[in-house]
Amino acid sequence: MSTVTTDPHAHAEHEHHGPAKGLKRWLYTTNHKDIGTLYLLFSLLMFFIGGAMAMVIRAELFQPGLQIVEPNFFNQMTTVHGLIMVFGAVMPAFTGLANWLIPMMIGAPDMALPRMNNWSFWILPFAFSILLASLFMEGGGPSFGWTFYAPLSTTYSNDSTALFVFSVHIMGISSIMGAINVIVTIMNLRAPGMTYMKMPLFVWTWFITAYLLIAVMPVLAGVVTMVLTDKYFGTSFFDAAGGGDPVLFQHIFWFFGHPEVYIMILPAFGIISSIVPTFSRKPLFGYASMVYATSSIALLSFLVWAHHMFTTGMPVAAELFFMYCTMLIAVPTGVKVFNWVATMWRGAMTFEVPMMFSLAFIVLFTIGGFSGLMLAITPADFQYHDTYFVVAHFHYVLVTGAIFSIMAAAYYWLPKWTGHMYDETLGQWHFWCSLISVNVLFFPMHFVGLAGMPRRIPDYALQFADFNALISIGGFAFGLSQLLFVWLVVKCIKGGEKATDQVWEGAEGLEWTIASPAPYHSFTTPPEIK
Amino acid sequence: MAIAEKTAVGVTVFDLQFAFVQRQRRSHVARTSYLCWSLLTFLLAFSTQSAEMPLNMTQGVTEISQQVYDLHMKIFYICCAIGIAVFGVMFWSIIHHRKSKGVEPAQFHESTKVELLWTAFPVVILIIMAIPATQTLIAMEDTSEADVSILITGSQWKWHYKYMDHKVEYFSLLATPRQQIDNKLSKGENYLLEVDRPLVIPTGKKVRFLVTSDDVIHSWWVPAFAVKKDANPGFINEAWTRVDHPGIYRGQCAELCGKDHGFMPVVVVAKEPADFEQWIAQESATQAAAKEAELKLLAMNMSKDELMALGEKTYMGYCAACHQPNGMGIPGVFPALKGSKMALEDLPAHIDIVLNGKTGTSMQAFDKQLTLSEIAAVVTYERNAWDNNTGDLVQAADIAKAQSK
Repeated sequence: MSTVTTDPHAHAEHEHHGPAKGLKRWLYTTNHKDIGTLYLLFSLLMFFIGGAMAMVIRAELFQPGLQIVEPNFFNQMTTVHGLIMVFGAVMPAFTGLANWLIPMMIGAPDMALPRMNNWSFWILPFAFSILLASLFMEGGGPSFGWTFYAPLSTTYSNDSTALFVFSVHIMGISSIMGAINVIVTIMNLRAPGMTYMKMPLFVWTWFITAYLLIAVMPVLAGVVTMVLTDKYFGTSFFDAAGGGDPVLFQHIFWFFGHPEVYIMILPAFGIISSIVPTFSRKPLFGYASMVYATSSIALLSFLVWAHHMFTTGMPVAAELFFMYCTMLIAVPTGVKVFNWVATMWRGAMTFEVPMMFSLAFIVLFTIGGFSGLMLAITPADFQYHDTYFVVAHFHYVLVTGAIFSIMAAAYYWLPKWTGHMYDETLGQWHFWCSLISVNVLFFPMHFVGLAGMPRRIPDYALQFADFNALISIGGFAFGLSQLLFVWLVVKCIKGGEKATDQVWEGAEGLEWTIASPAPYHSFTTPPEIK
Repeated sequence: MAIAEKTAVGVTVFDLQFAFVQRQRRSHVARTSYLCWSLLTFLLAFSTQSAEMPLNMTQGVTEISQQVYDLHMKIFYICCAIGIAVFGVMFWSIIHHRKSKGVEPAQFHESTKVELLWTAFPVVILIIMAIPATQTLIAMEDTSEADVSILITGSQWKWHYKYMDHKVEYFSLLATPRQQIDNKLSKGENYLLEVDRPLVIPTGKKVRFLVTSDDVIHSWWVPAFAVKKDANPGFINEAWTRVDHPGIYRGQCAELCGKDHGFMPVVVVAKEPADFEQWIAQESATQAAAKEAELKLLAMNMSKDELMALGEKTYMGYCAACHQPNGMGIPGVFPALKGSKMALEDLPAHIDIVLNGKTGTSMQAFDKQLTLSEIAAVVTYERNAWDNNTGDLVQAADIAKAQSK
């Protein structure tokens, strides 16, 4: 398989086969590697914009009393921080990884629909410019939480709602196009012999994620449209006075929202399942059960949405149904964690930065899973709901889960992308600073929540003061630690020790058979898979 | 040791920094050991000071809240046990199965037996968790045969309580002074958790709460009762509690409800049944008397000073959250009253919007929230404060006339 590298002379006569020069290369590109890079850089930018908003939130919460921002602006910060991080940082980062890696992993020359690929990226900057610009409107941007519950987002919101709805529509279109591209690519462009059950788990998890996206992004589009028509066109979907029901909003939103949670974690499972075997020098334990576990998590994700709304007043039977279904998710998720641990068992491990982030992922994501299980227990949820315990829970699964997996992936594949090894010492500094600060940031939130501090408040009772100061210190430290990552990436792009094609001793998969850096066009002739 | 003792009385970060700067002048070794000490005391400072903040869920004061706490602890311990087992195996691997120890990696990659086992075992654990959870949930949702029923209505940003079996109803507003929030006064013990008129309930009786909202979704939460119920506009939710011990119990709104979501606490006072009966009888009498006095007021005229004084008090309590104390509003969100056409010219429309609100906006109807004289006073205030200077005086009788239209 190592003979399938592209011969630089073979395409010399076709001038359009190399990248174009300057800005046009990025604007017009249909190359999966270029588009992958664009997605990843965009997501990094959004990570810092969303992060800056988190810093505003933590600065205000450093001490009791109102110091820095007004409550109305505080609410805009929590809202836009959530939207940016979910739709601007985590999702595009995974799409970027999919673009870079899926064709290389299945032996395809590119994504199946390259021109649509260009579109699905280039509409994103418009979506987020609209969203961010709305912050400068009279009265400010959206301030109803990233969950935009009606009627707070309809009757009681200002006109930035229209911009919010429009930008979410664009984000949704982008996601759907990206998902279609992933599915079509995987179904049609696998190299001969690459059967479904031979695909790397990253490809499998993205395949399932893409179906989730196609299933639920239209639901999101529907619900934002209903918000728009309720606010501007006199409909009453969510207004009891016109025969509607505000709780209907939450049912529709969370029917999108819960699968969305898995959209942000399933690709992470794929990444960890690639990295752990490499640095354990041992094949992944239970490949088939990993595929089945991912599929069952995806299916179950459609049956648990109302666990976000236990306090809205549901019939007991519905509460029991959603409690049981939610608890069931622990089973396939447990299988995954057990499989990773079994992969490490009796391996020969080394601890480069990608492995460190993966190990941290396994421990900290599992802690987020435990708090998720606690939240599933309806009677206890009545106490946890809408407190900092929930904030701690979803930041453990999204920051130390999704974001840590993205960091791990970046370190793991950077040598393949740039052709240079990253600076290992700097990477270890980044890892340890992030690990310590992220736990100072989010772990105390569990206690603050259990002690009764509601989420989304700009000011709090005095008993919460010490812990909030500590949390804020952790927040600032975590934010600053990420600058190390930027420095490292820039350094790695500019130069560094030359990476081999194999890069990692124990790595398996087609992407390690091609040159480092990966040539602009790879697998123009499909490799044969035994 | 000296540092440890200081911690006991509550050392602050600034003390530590100060001590640190002083100590920096000493030898290098002493500095390193001091660094370790200061880190330790820093952590200790948090654990000792937070004696005020419980680190765990409250056990509460009801049978249900105790059950919820037990359930929470049971699941927590199960999670801890699983965590210790899984992470134990993982860290054993990390320590022993590393390349630097010269181990050769094994090559096994599946075992149907083991995989079936670790699929089935969690199911059994989940069933063990689900049984008590189901029992508690069914008990929590049984709102039948209540002794007392109270209608709780949330609105931006206050609670309204109405006793269904008595002619008693009132609003409950945040009592923390604005200056404390703006850091101009030192904060009181119950900062942000205090109200002007708490809800009063009898002990030992099953109290049913009917929860609804006038505008957006709120959520009525008292941790000590393990009651958190969303207040949905247009719908009524039910919850109940039976409190065994008299006392004051504090909570907050738990659902984001707009700008002042963080400023609408819940305070409940539980009284012995006899004390409760006495309180409610007195309260009914007071409210009935107030209504009569209100009717008498119709025949009387208040002076401008009286109107402005009452108007300012009412405005600050009910209007200033949106329209701001200086009448400037928040552009694009809440309109300004200073210099507005309505406040300067159109008096009937002004009275109408205060009485009936404006549908499709955040402007509430204050007809039932305020007395006739308060409405008269607040309209007068809005027409004469902040250089509006219309000179208009509005009396309770004018409001009554507008009401009957």
